[in-house]
Amino acid sequence: MAQMNMIQALNSAMDIMLGRDPGVVILGEDVGFFGGVFRVTDGLQRKYGEHRVLDTPIAEGGIVAAAIGMGVNGLRPVAEIQFADYIYPAYDQIVSELARLRYRSAGEFFAPVTIRTPCGGGIRGGQTHSQSPEGVFAHVSGLKVVMPSNPYDAKGLLISAIEDDDPVVFFEPKRIYNGPFDGDPNKPAVPWSTHPKGDVPEGYYTVPIGKCDVVREGGDVTIVTYGTMVHVCEAAARSLGLDAEIIDVRTMVPLDVETLVNSVQKTGRCVVAHEATRFGGYGGELSATIQEECFWHLEAPILRVAGWDTPYPHAFEWEYFPGQARVAAALRTVMEAAA
Amino acid sequence: MRPSRLHIPKHHSRPGETPDFSYLELAPAGATQRPDINTRVRDMNGLAFELVRVIDDGHTAVGPWNPHLDPPELQVGLRHMMLTRAFDDRMQRMQRAGKTSFYMRSLGEEAVAVAQGMALRPTDMLFPSYRQQGLYVVRGRPLVDLMCQLLSNTRDMCKGRQLPIMYHWRDGNIFSISGNLTTQFPQAVGWAMAAAIKGTDDIAATWIGEGSSAEADFHHAMLFASVYEAPVILNVVNNQWAISTFQGFAGGEHRSFAARGPGFGMAGLRVDGNDFLAVYAVTRWAAERARNGFGPTIIEHVTYRGAAHSTSDDPARYRPKDDYERWPLGDPVERLKNHLIDLGEWSEERHAALAKEMDEHVVASWKEAVTYGTLTEAPRLDAHLMFEDVFKEMPEHLKKQEAELRAERAEK
Ligand SMILES: Cc1ncc(C[n+]2csc(CCOP(=O)(O)OP(=O)(O)O)c2C)c(N)n1
Repeated sequence: MAQMNMIQALNSAMDIMLGRDPGVVILGEDVGFFGGVFRVTDGLQRKYGEHRVLDTPIAEGGIVAAAIGMGVNGLRPVAEIQFADYIYPAYDQIVSELARLRYRSAGEFFAPVTIRTPCGGGIRGGQTHSQSPEGVFAHVSGLKVVMPSNPYDAKGLLISAIEDDDPVVFFEPKRIYNGPFDGDPNKPAVPWSTHPKGDVPEGYYTVPIGKCDVVREGGDVTIVTYGTMVHVCEAAARSLGLDAEIIDVRTMVPLDVETLVNSVQKTGRCVVAHEATRFGGYGGELSATIQEECFWHLEAPILRVAGWDTPYPHAFEWEYFPGQARVAAALRTVMEAAA
Repeated sequence: MRPSRLHIPKHHSRPGETPDFSYLELAPAGATQRPDINTRVRDMNGLAFELVRVIDDGHTAVGPWNPHLDPPELQVGLRHMMLTRAFDDRMQRMQRAGKTSFYMRSLGEEAVAVAQGMALRPTDMLFPSYRQQGLYVVRGRPLVDLMCQLLSNTRDMCKGRQLPIMYHWRDGNIFSISGNLTTQFPQAVGWAMAAAIKGTDDIAATWIGEGSSAEADFHHAMLFASVYEAPVILNVVNNQWAISTFQGFAGGEHRSFAARGPGFGMAGLRVDGNDFLAVYAVTRWAAERARNGFGPTIIEHVTYRGAAHSTSDDPARYRPKDDYERWPLGDPVERLKNHLIDLGEWSEERHAALAKEMDEHVVASWKEAVTYGTLTEAPRLDAHLMFEDVFKEMPEHLKKQEAELRAERAEK
């Protein structure tokens, strides 16, 4: 075991996969010599060479398209999109091509591409360095969608994503790259070394895609969340003294419905929380699925906590961010309701 | 038979190495021909490979591209560049002091925005990237206004919604800066097409870095501009770097960026971007060409990013420390200053006095700007502004969310 932050854990996952599989290649803007603007690919080009870790032109559509071509020709590309906010020039290649290649060629062609991209706010990045577009990709048939909330899962899930023969869009909540964050920007930063999930095996291991993680067992209410919000929800439940069951979704697609349903059937109450905008967001899918499966067990309507339906505003970051107060308000409402 | 091979563009030099700019294709000042503005593209392809320069090594203006500006105009240009630089310097320091969240300097590239801004008419529409703050200086936007945007304070033109430097100015005909690279390039073409549809003689000008020319939007702009012969100037500011990647990764290793013009049947000019007179002259040429119905021009400005990419960047990780000092095309401020001294229209004393005046102006502006608040200090903008302007009229779901935020804040 080693202490790792999320950046080191992700780096370790790629290091291991570059070493194990000569077909793995990394490509993206500034990922090679520089090691990435968040340093996630630091040292990999030096170790594996310029033909395995490629700096690319600033063309997200080109990056994903080239990754598809490489994938079709037997490689296992890991493409970095520098910020999730800049993934849209690649949208057509991801939605019309990457997601559907296996389907339209009746399984004869496929491209095992992993797209890594930092997402989420809380770093004073304004509207073009803060977005959480996981719902946009979860809506597309044929893409697996992943978002880890800690270093241990980040490494295990990234190795699974790279080994997966289906395309995976892998979101990295950048606010928790260096430490867990409970939503209070005025508290001093906490490093991952203080958190049990900062203990990461140095070698190969996987965390399966398609399994939720029950972060905390409890009987009062189920909180279904992922990414940075896992830590915010833990803190909010703690501050209310609730015995909450907290579930980290980890993989939006495919969704582990069973774990969610078992929990909500037990607690009878549920709050769904994510940082992304609310309208048409992934929380709606979670809420609808749980309602369909658990309606007769519910003591209260399922509530959603999310970012407001506006672009991420630079100056009002903390009024925008769904912090502990917003989570707590939903938890109180759900707890007070009597069926 | 030899197996195929993957070419990786070679960086000219990395940290610890001596900067080597021998890859640059240079030409002496005055060597490049100046065609008439109505010359057919096929008769002037060569310009895309040459280098328009006016100020020679002895500080004299030479050759057919000399725009013959009067000394007072040159002094205004120098003043604008020095104000841009003084502004950049202090805003960088204020970010370092924690007063703002972010900043991007244009050190070494000031001639591009300033000379071009001066060569265009105030009614021409500008679609800049984040590194042409000189346009705002030329068009006379008070620095206080720019600073208030940087501070996201109560007088912020963006109402707190945008990252610092993402200015806009409708009345000054400068379009809103986007964080997403290259998007403005084809939009400027659309604006120019509209000017032609409406039958006005306004033109559009737009700027991207050479790294941004990799985006598909670059191609969209080139294609629409050439198909409709839109009255637009498409500027590629080749400052050699896109964060850590060198211009070779945008395709600059094999061909100049100006050469993309002839490929589309469009005029392409390559200019010494640190030569105020040359930049002014080519912009005037392209503007007259566009205004008189002879179509678009792509201009590649050969320059150097003297500073870090942004306040989030550390160039010591990927390029030599002393590279800017060794850049063969010098510094745009120094070059114009020396030219003016050579003309007998300037002196070291006047230069020092002007530098001081510019700095004092920036300091005074900052003092005023912070009285309207900072990102973290009162007075602060009302956070509820975030719900406005998502749509022209606020729909019900946003009104509801606004009320939720009100309740959330009341509880705190
Ligand atoms: C679509 C998109 N992709 C990536 C980025 C991140 N990014 C911001 S600036 C930059 C480098 C741009 O370099 P260049 O175009 O050469 O302009 P310069 O910064 O050198 O002026 C990158 C990659 C972005 N803002 N937008």
